[in-house]
This record gives sequence, structure tokens and C-alpha cells, in this order.
Amino acid sequence: MEQQGLLLNAFYFLAAAVAVVPFARRGGLGSVLGYLAAGVLIGPYALGLVANSEDVLHFAEFGVVMMLFLVGLELEPAKLWRLRVSILGMGGAQVVGCTLVIAALGVAFGQTWEAGLAIGMALSMSSTAIALQILNERHVLGSTAGQSTFSVLLFQDIAVIPILAILPLLATGALDVPVADAVEHADAAGPAWLRALTLISVVVGIVLAGRYALRPVFRFIAGSGIREIFTATALLLVVGIAVLMQTIGLSPALGTFLAGVVLANSEYRLALESDIEPFKALLLGLFFISVGMSIDFGVLAAHPWMIAALVVGVIAVKLVVLMSVARTFGLQGEPNLLFSLLLAGGGEFAFVLFQFAVTEGALDPATAGALVVVVALSMVATPLMMLALDRMAPLWRGSVVKRAPDVIQPEGHPVIIIGYGRFGQIVGRFLSANGVGMVILDNDPDHIDVLRKFGVRAFYGDATRLDLLESAGGDTARLFVVAIDDKDKTVETVRAIRTRFPHAKVFARARNRDHVYELWSAGVTLARRETFDSALHVGREALVALGEHPFAARRRARLFAAHDEQMLTEGFAVRDNEESLVKIARQSRDQLEKLVAIDKGTAKLEKDDGWGG
Amino acid sequence: MSASVLVLYAHPRPETSRVNQAMAEAVRDLGNVEVRDLYALYPDFDVDVAAEQKVLAAADLLVFHHPLQWYAGPPLLKEWIDRVLERGWAYGDGGTALRGKRVLSAVSTGGKEAAYQHDGFHHYTVPDFLRPYERTATLCGMKFLEPFVFHGSYTASESEIHAHAESYRTHLAALQERLSKGEA
Repeated sequence: MEQQGLLLNAFYFLAAAVAVVPFARRGGLGSVLGYLAAGVLIGPYALGLVANSEDVLHFAEFGVVMMLFLVGLELEPAKLWRLRVSILGMGGAQVVGCTLVIAALGVAFGQTWEAGLAIGMALSMSSTAIALQILNERHVLGSTAGQSTFSVLLFQDIAVIPILAILPLLATGALDVPVADAVEHADAAGPAWLRALTLISVVVGIVLAGRYALRPVFRFIAGSGIREIFTATALLLVVGIAVLMQTIGLSPALGTFLAGVVLANSEYRLALESDIEPFKALLLGLFFISVGMSIDFGVLAAHPWMIAALVVGVIAVKLVVLMSVARTFGLQGEPNLLFSLLLAGGGEFAFVLFQFAVTEGALDPATAGALVVVVALSMVATPLMMLALDRMAPLWRGSVVKRAPDVIQPEGHPVIIIGYGRFGQIVGRFLSANGVGMVILDNDPDHIDVLRKFGVRAFYGDATRLDLLESAGGDTARLFVVAIDDKDKTVETVRAIRTRFPHAKVFARARNRDHVYELWSAGVTLARRETFDSALHVGREALVALGEHPFAARRRARLFAAHDEQMLTEGFAVRDNEESLVKIARQSRDQLEKLVAIDKGTAKLEKDDGWGG
Repeated sequence: MSASVLVLYAHPRPETSRVNQAMAEAVRDLGNVEVRDLYALYPDFDVDVAAEQKVLAAADLLVFHHPLQWYAGPPLLKEWIDRVLERGWAYGDGGTALRGKRVLSAVSTGGKEAAYQHDGFHHYTVPDFLRPYERTATLCGMKFLEPFVFHGSYTASESEIHAHAESYRTHLAALQERLSKGEA
């Protein structure tokens, strides 16, 4: 990297991604496959533009850490608790099952049982990055298959800790290889009780800090109004936790996941999500590219048949284990297949584990090298198998009558309210009294604090930012209510929503007539002048106070409202021509006076409604 | 061209309706039939007189489609009649807009048919209770057809309701046919 320069490398990575990924996505191959292909393209065996892929891989693994932080943010503690059966049950069964079966096969093919076990443990891992990215891309993370997949991946993440502890015990030969930099875990040894104590105190520390310390910090930062510092704080949090976890020898992904879960209930969830998301997406792309680059085509060319057989064999074995585990836990039909195919490939943990196994002398370097290629290829195979699933699915969907329905949990609320002040609150309270679920956004941290005290779950964020609206569930929302104070910002927000979420309706609070026209031009579905209804109501009560019959006052108010609405509509076409506007207003006033006179009975109708008696 | 039908569907709680909502759904896609859900159009009771007169003038058959509550139609239907049927348009001097049209009452009752007899619980028949509608039609020069009645909506089974909705559809289609031939 040093020779080529950081900028040039960055240029190659970005160029490859930009050139390949959009085509892959359009061609229905999915972005993961696109990134992997881009990696192969710039890697040492094709164009050879970037050397040292391993450094990049380590750096890019941080994308996975960020991904788990974001997954954690989406997962409230209560929801995580509900997943406990699938995490421990399915995850445990999968890891133990795959390890044992692969180990047995390894022994059958002439490995020692120690080496077999090491291989089994490494190959039982699946790729969190690939599986979650595919689930996200297909919007099925909330389905039963998606939740099961996620649960197993979470268990694998936890399982890495004991696996790293077991590997040194499996050492057979005294291979004296220096400890690789990726494996800091070994340093953190020490007495078991001390490690357990550190682990527990760190976890408790993260939970407590998330609950009590982080919110005031975020509030202070948000209150300062410097947007990039908020982003910096979010990044600092993720990086900080990752560093802390590495220091005590735990998986950084697990630590940030935990922090995410703790913050899932906080008002800063959406702002954090939209701030971290772009970093995660880029790093994850970089991660996939470096996996593509790391495929050693030299080994592949030397033993093509053996590697191919191993790839197919590993996937087949894992597929059988996964399908039976899923069946045991009630997953049938297509969800079962989706779950199993997503997890059948190898995972990024395997790279680390193989390296560690070699260092600890549990595995010989040649075998490990070949297996690394097998894992990388099986990772490439995962998106390919998803494509095959899509092709095949229609075949049995037609023949099999009863298919277990994929229960999609309704993640998104139908309404997003932007601005929860005097206006938004009434809309929100009315809707929630009618059982309508909503996401509430406001950009005043102090105000949110007060709302939270009253039990209103409002989120902090500047709603003119589209990424925040995406995090709030804009893609599935049916209606936006823009109820912010600032006139221009309202128009800007309406326009942005219209462009980005054209399927949704947008209602807006308007300051006055001109503002209504601006909002109409911006494509708003409904704009309502904020003071019109209450002012008219006071006018109506005034008539009553002056002695008018209450029902007559009501009729006149309705008449007035209908006429004013009509004048508003007519004025829109000539809104820039003051002369015409004045003319319309004058005509309308005359017309209204006449109608009121008729209603009063002081003017004669040509036609009678017959209620003179 | 079959005769054009304007169905004035008036139900204050359509979301809990079993009979009338099913009937409305059953005729909604009939050719040359317009179902106007009055409570949906005018939730604030602000009937648009001009718009209503326009669609009414174009119809050959007007249907008052509603449940009977306290022996009469829902209040919005009364409001509609009060506002739309203006003197000088619907009746009185120069009020000839509705001459020669037909009116059909399609109504439901909660109680059974036996209760709506002169010797029954309610002492009068449904046509008796519909006299105001009949007179309204006649006053405007329209012919009031034999009412289309469903009894016992409290106790009716799903299949009975479904059958009634279907026969409502058949009935309207047949009326359209006969009207276009000048028979009804």
C-alpha cells in the first residue's frame, strides 16, 4: 500500500465498485456479488492493481462491526429477549452440528481429530456481512427466516470466544509461528475467573453507560447544533467500543451490537442510524471487494478439482445440517431454504480462525491455505445460490399447494410526523388515540426530553435530511405529516419527501395563503392553514355571543369555510398576479355576503328550501 | 343504452353494516349505475346542492338505499332531500327537473317480517313507514316503485345476506332493462 499511495488505492477501489456494482444490481445479481467481482477484477490474479489485500480486509472488517451496531439499534432489548430461543437453540445446534459433522468427515479423510475439530469449528461459521446484506437488500430481515438467520449469526459471533479458547488446546505439532496481529485475543489470557469478571463488568458497563451516560452526551452534542460533530460522536462511540472489546479480547462486533441494543430505545436512534449507515455501507463494500481480492487463484489453479469438491462438499454438508436444524425449529418450505442457503457458505471469521489455528499449531499452513480459498469461494457462492433460489422458487410454488407463509413483522409505522410542537402534537395525539402507529421526529433536544417524560417516544433529528427519513421507515410509511414551524423548511421537506418517497401522501401545516401555494407547487397532498379552523371557530362563537342562533352560526361558518377554500383554489392559478387576486377576493366577498343574506332570510331566494315554516 | 341509476347509499356506520354495505358492494360495478355513499361524500353534512342536482338530473332511476332506524332513514338522507329538492327545481313553479323519473326505496329492518304487519309488533308495514318518501317522489312528479325490503338483519346469516345482495343486483339490472324499454 505504501508504494502505491493511499489515494491511488482508494481510486482503484472506488472505480471498481462504481464500474461493476450498479450493473450487478441492475442485472439482478445483487450488490454483494458485484463487490466480490470488482475485488477479483482489481485483485492480483486479474488486473493486479492493488497488492496487499489482507491489510484492506482487516480495515474493512470494521464495516461488519458497524453493521452489527446498526442491527443492534433496530433491536430493542425486549425483541432480543424474544429471540433467545432461536439464538441459543438454533445457533447452538447449527454450530455444534456443523462442527461435529465436518470434523468427522475430516477424520475420515485422514486428518487428525484435533485438526478435524479445528476445521469444523472454522467452517461452521457463516458470513454475517453477506447474509445480512442480502436480507437487507430484499427487505426480509423482519421475516421469520430473516430473524432465524440473524439469530444464528449472533450465536456464531458469541461462539468465536470459546472457539478461540479451545483452538490452542488442539495444538499437535509444536509449530512456532509468531502470533499474527489479527489475533489479539491470545494476549488477553490470564486466569479464567479474571477474564470472566472483566467480561461481565465491561458488558454491564456498556449497558449502564448506554442507559445513563450516553443520552446526556448526545443531548449536549445535538444541542450544540454542529452536525458533523454529532456524526463524529457516533463514530467515536462505535470505534471506542470496538477498541475496548479488542483490548479485553472480545469480539468488537458483539460489543457494538450490545451498545446498539442499549441505544435502540433512545431518541437518538434514528440520527445515529443515518450517521453510521454511509460509513458502514462503504466499509462493507470494501470488505466484499477485499474478499474478492483475497481469493488465491494460484491454489485454485494448482488443485482445481479438489477445491471445487471441497466447496461443494462444505456447502452440501452445512446445507443438510442447517435444513434439519431449521426444520426442528419449525421452519418449513421456502423460508427454510432461504435460511439454509444464506448460512451454508463460509464466513469471514473462518479467515481469522484458520490463521489462529495455524499460529497455535492446530492446523498445518498448506491445509489452512487451501481452506481459506474454499471459504472465499463458498462466500461467493452464497449470492449465486440466492439467484438460483429465485429461479427455482416459481417451480415448486406452482406445484406445492401449501407453503408455510413467511410472516413479515410489520416493522414500519404507517405515519411519520415531522415536528412535534403545538401543531404536530394534536395530530399525533388524535392518531394515536385511534391506534395509528407513528414515528415522531423533532429537532429540539430539550423538547424531546420533555416529551419523553410524558411517555412520548420522539426521535431527535433534522427531518430535512433524507437519510434520517429513510431510517424512520420512509419507504414503508403511507403518510408524512410535516408540522414544523419554519416555512421554507416545510416546503423543502415536502419537496424532498415527494421526490424520494413518491408513493406516500404528504400533509403539511401551512402558515398562510402564500405558503399553501408554495406547498401545492411542491406537490403536497394536503396543506392546511394552521390558524384557519380555530380562528373561524372563534368567529362562530363570537356570532353566538352577539345573539345569533348557534345553529345559524354553524351554517355561516361552514359557508364561509367553503367559500374561502374555493377562493384559495381559484387564486392558485393567478397567484403571481396581485390584481387578479384582489379581483377574486372582492368577487368572493360579494358572493359570500349574498349567500349569508339568503341564509338569514333577508334576501329572497329564487329557489326555496321550504324551511320557512 | 340501459337506463341510468343513481343509488343514494346512506349509512351512518358503514364499517359495522352487514346488509347494506354488502348490497352497495354488489351493485357498485353494474354498468350505468352510480353509487353515492352520502356519509363518505358529506361527513360534515355539507351537501353540495349543485353537484347533487347535476347527477340527479341525469338519472332515470333514483334509489334511496339505507337501513330503517326509528322507522325512518338516516339524518343525512333527510338533509340531502331538504337541501337538494329545492322548490322551483324539484317541485313548485318551474320545478320540473325530476318529472318522469322513478324512485326505489331499498331498505332493511332489524326485526323480522312478521313484526311489520298491521297485527304485528310494529303495527304498520314497511311501505306504511315509507309514505314520506313515496309522497316526496310523487310531489316531484316521480313514480315510486314497490320497495325492495330486507327483514331481520339482526338475525340474518351470511348466506342470506349474500343472497339478498345478489338479488339486489339482479333487481336493479332488471329495472334498468325494463326502464330502457319503457315498461317500468
